[in-house]
Amino acid sequence: MTEFKGDVSIVLGGAAGQGIQTVEGILTYALKKSGYHVYANKEYMSRVRGGINTTEIRVSSRRVRAFVKRIDILVPFKQGVLSWVEDRLDENTVVLGERENVEESFLGKVNLVEVPLTRMALETGSQLYLNTTAAGLIVGLFHGDFSAIEEYIRKRFGSKGENVVRKNIEAAKKGYDLGVRLCEEGTIRVEVERDESVRDEVLLTGTEAVGIGALAGGMNFLSFYPMSPSTGVSTFAAQHAEEFEIVVEQVEDEISAINMALGAWYAGARAMVSTSGGGFALMSEAISLAGMAENPVVVHLAQRPGPATGLPTRTMQGDLNLVLYAGHGDFPRIILAPGSLKEAFYLTAEAFNLADKYQVPVIILTDQYFVDTYYNLPAPDVEKVKFERHIVEAKPGYRRYELTEDGISPRAVPGYGEDVVIANGNEHDEWGDVTEDAELTIKMQEKRAIKKLETIKRNAPLPKLIGSENAEYLVIAWGSTLHVVEEALQKLGREDVALLHFSWLYPLNPETKKFFEGKTVIAVENNITGQFAELLKKEFGVEVQHKVLKYDGRPFSVEEVLETLKGVIE
Amino acid sequence: MNVQLPTGRELFEPKRPGSQDIAWCPGCGNFGIRNILISALAELELKPTEVAIISGIGQAAKMPHYINANGYHTLHGRAIPIATGVKAANPQLTVIAEGGDGDMYAEGGNHLLHAIRRNPDITVLIHDNQIYGLTKGQASPTTMPGMKTPTQPWGVFEEPFNPVALAIALDASFVARTFMGYFKESVEIIKKAIQHRGLAIVDILHPCVSFNKVNTYAWYREHTYWMEDHDPYDREAAFRRAIERDPLPLGIFYINEKPTFEDQVPAYRNDRTPLWKREPKLELVKRFFEEKKL
Ligand SMILES: Cc1ncc(C[n+]2csc(CCOP(=O)(O)OP(=O)(O)O)c2C)c(N)n1
Ligand code: SF4
Repeated sequence: MTEFKGDVSIVLGGAAGQGIQTVEGILTYALKKSGYHVYANKEYMSRVRGGINTTEIRVSSRRVRAFVKRIDILVPFKQGVLSWVEDRLDENTVVLGERENVEESFLGKVNLVEVPLTRMALETGSQLYLNTTAAGLIVGLFHGDFSAIEEYIRKRFGSKGENVVRKNIEAAKKGYDLGVRLCEEGTIRVEVERDESVRDEVLLTGTEAVGIGALAGGMNFLSFYPMSPSTGVSTFAAQHAEEFEIVVEQVEDEISAINMALGAWYAGARAMVSTSGGGFALMSEAISLAGMAENPVVVHLAQRPGPATGLPTRTMQGDLNLVLYAGHGDFPRIILAPGSLKEAFYLTAEAFNLADKYQVPVIILTDQYFVDTYYNLPAPDVEKVKFERHIVEAKPGYRRYELTEDGISPRAVPGYGEDVVIANGNEHDEWGDVTEDAELTIKMQEKRAIKKLETIKRNAPLPKLIGSENAEYLVIAWGSTLHVVEEALQKLGREDVALLHFSWLYPLNPETKKFFEGKTVIAVENNITGQFAELLKKEFGVEVQHKVLKYDGRPFSVEEVLETLKGVIE
Repeated sequence: MNVQLPTGRELFEPKRPGSQDIAWCPGCGNFGIRNILISALAELELKPTEVAIISGIGQAAKMPHYINANGYHTLHGRAIPIATGVKAANPQLTVIAEGGDGDMYAEGGNHLLHAIRRNPDITVLIHDNQIYGLTKGQASPTTMPGMKTPTQPWGVFEEPFNPVALAIALDASFVARTFMGYFKESVEIIKKAIQHRGLAIVDILHPCVSFNKVNTYAWYREHTYWMEDHDPYDREAAFRRAIERDPLPLGIFYINEKPTFEDQVPAYRNDRTPLWKREPKLELVKRFFEEKKL
């Protein structure tokens, strides 16, 4: 008998197109509804059919939000899955599935619990029911609420007719009963306590958190050119365009996407583009225009490994330098990188206020791991989203680039007020007309690159310290690695190690420096050079003693971070 | 050139200090285009605050500085997507994209093609001097074969771009060509282009007195003619006219009335309010979360 307590990690593996998403959908929904904390993340190949894709689902009695390497229950839907995840299997792993999906070389070595999923599906009427049968089976292991499965099936398959719904429910029930039986027979024992409050929480993906955050921030224009893993956000916007009455347009290339967004902002819209590194590379010219013309814009960049097309469906935090330095000449920008889904919602909404206020490009950095992650969380409080509009009326004599103390010129939009608005990507005078005057050039350069930057810095929030202020070791993380490092530190359980997480990456508030004083600094980054550590060094002269880096296109796992930190500290 | 300027032009004459120092060469055709444009805007009784002129980069693209209207002097080749964004954010504005032949046909060529497909209600004015002015005389996509330039000392051998034929081939919404030397006719064409609902493309021939010694004022007069008895709603006839080379026909080649981009985006189906006046629909965001609880 194999027993799992408190926190179970289930991995489903199969080919693209085999319908694993269906299993994942039913499972997470039903388990959450049954009062379990769930977390899921997928890993997939850059192909439409075939290959091997896996999804990890953690089911727990307390909040879980990070990727673990460990696999407790593996459900293979084809041969090759076991070899693909071989290094994640251990003697406790239960392989739940059909014998023919297990490679010859693993037979006898792994703890195989044979379940005749195909036969059960055929008994229901067709091979097509395999996925629902498998989903039912797993929910059964947890004694989850079967009614939740029914509800999900009705919602998901309702449009396909009553017969399809009925058959799927029947298939799920067969699986469910088998799951319950496996526990009763003592083949597998799963003990995870329920938490009633979970039922009322929301289940959200990173993509949705960014997308709905943008809509909450007043986004009413999105232009894009598809590129993994950013496309989800554009799809999200397109699917909500009619309801929210916004403009969403798939354009000819990324150059057009961002320029359209700049035009929209110039005319007062709240526009966003969603892209990945390769697309952003094409946008850098327009980022420079945004800098010079002080044209607000919001960019969501979901990172994947580069250079060039790199690994299209994998993850990396490798584009910080790209967004930090993109564009020629000196001008400020704001770089954000949410660590949690809640943060992704609030920060994305806030990005629009920031762009509007400071009239700079605001870049939200996520990555494949982040956008494809989902878990349950209390619904964000929509009332907390502040909508700030920083548009002024163009009174007679209006000067778009008026020189001010804080470097921020009041921004009017065409058609509001009696005067006109002249924006310009060439060096300009206060009215916006071209100038080559040396004195004025100095003033304008200083206004943008110094005064405005200083204003933003002063108002920038500080990073979040998790742990004791007096800790000897300070682990630095940014963006999507928040939960993994957090969980690793919980497991490490040492008072003398604290986490400093950055979701506002640039420009940094000068007060941030105080966090590093007298500490041994360890940076955890999902890239090969430690780009953020370099930034800290450049900004504050911070010496990062240890860099924990991962750059195989995969996210960090809790175990990995834990082991490496132990190695560094002990 | 002795032309009668209409009243109402003063509104569009800028008084900003920087607008007084015009960077065009004396005798350049751009002055004529400026006069034509201001006259067209005045005759249409538009107000400067209702007009937005979005330009790329080049001598032609300096126009927003010499006019009193909203303006955005952007990047080489990018005026069209930016103008599209402006119009989509506020359909109440009259949006004009302006640039040279290098700007619109070379660096911005791809955007032009896709703007034709997208059909935003903007007017695209191409100052076609068949040369690169601002960068001092390199060949442009419309330079005639055989012309020698500092960067094509052997003479241009590429096939020149035929913007009019191209636009008709793509079933553009409004396609015209004019020569700025014909003032009254040009004002009429530009007025019609602005009034047209949908993407209006006007190729405006104009001499570059500094760098193009072939296509002079006299050359354009001798090598162009006005189309008469041409039906702009007849696409095949329009295309036949468009591929005539010498003399070049002038006038409105083609009109194809079809829904515009702004007509079709969900943003304006029930509500014509410009985007800058709109607020986030937080009740829908709340509903989204409610649904995510299920
Ligand atoms: C990305 C980029 N490449 C090149 C240039 C240099 N450049 C400025 S204007 C121009 C061409 C101008 O020719 P045209 O568009 O025909 O306008 P004209 O000056 O003749 O009015 C070029 C190549 C630039 N500003 N930006
Ligand atoms: S370079 Fe040519 S096009 Fe430019 S202003 Fe001078 S004459 Fe006109």
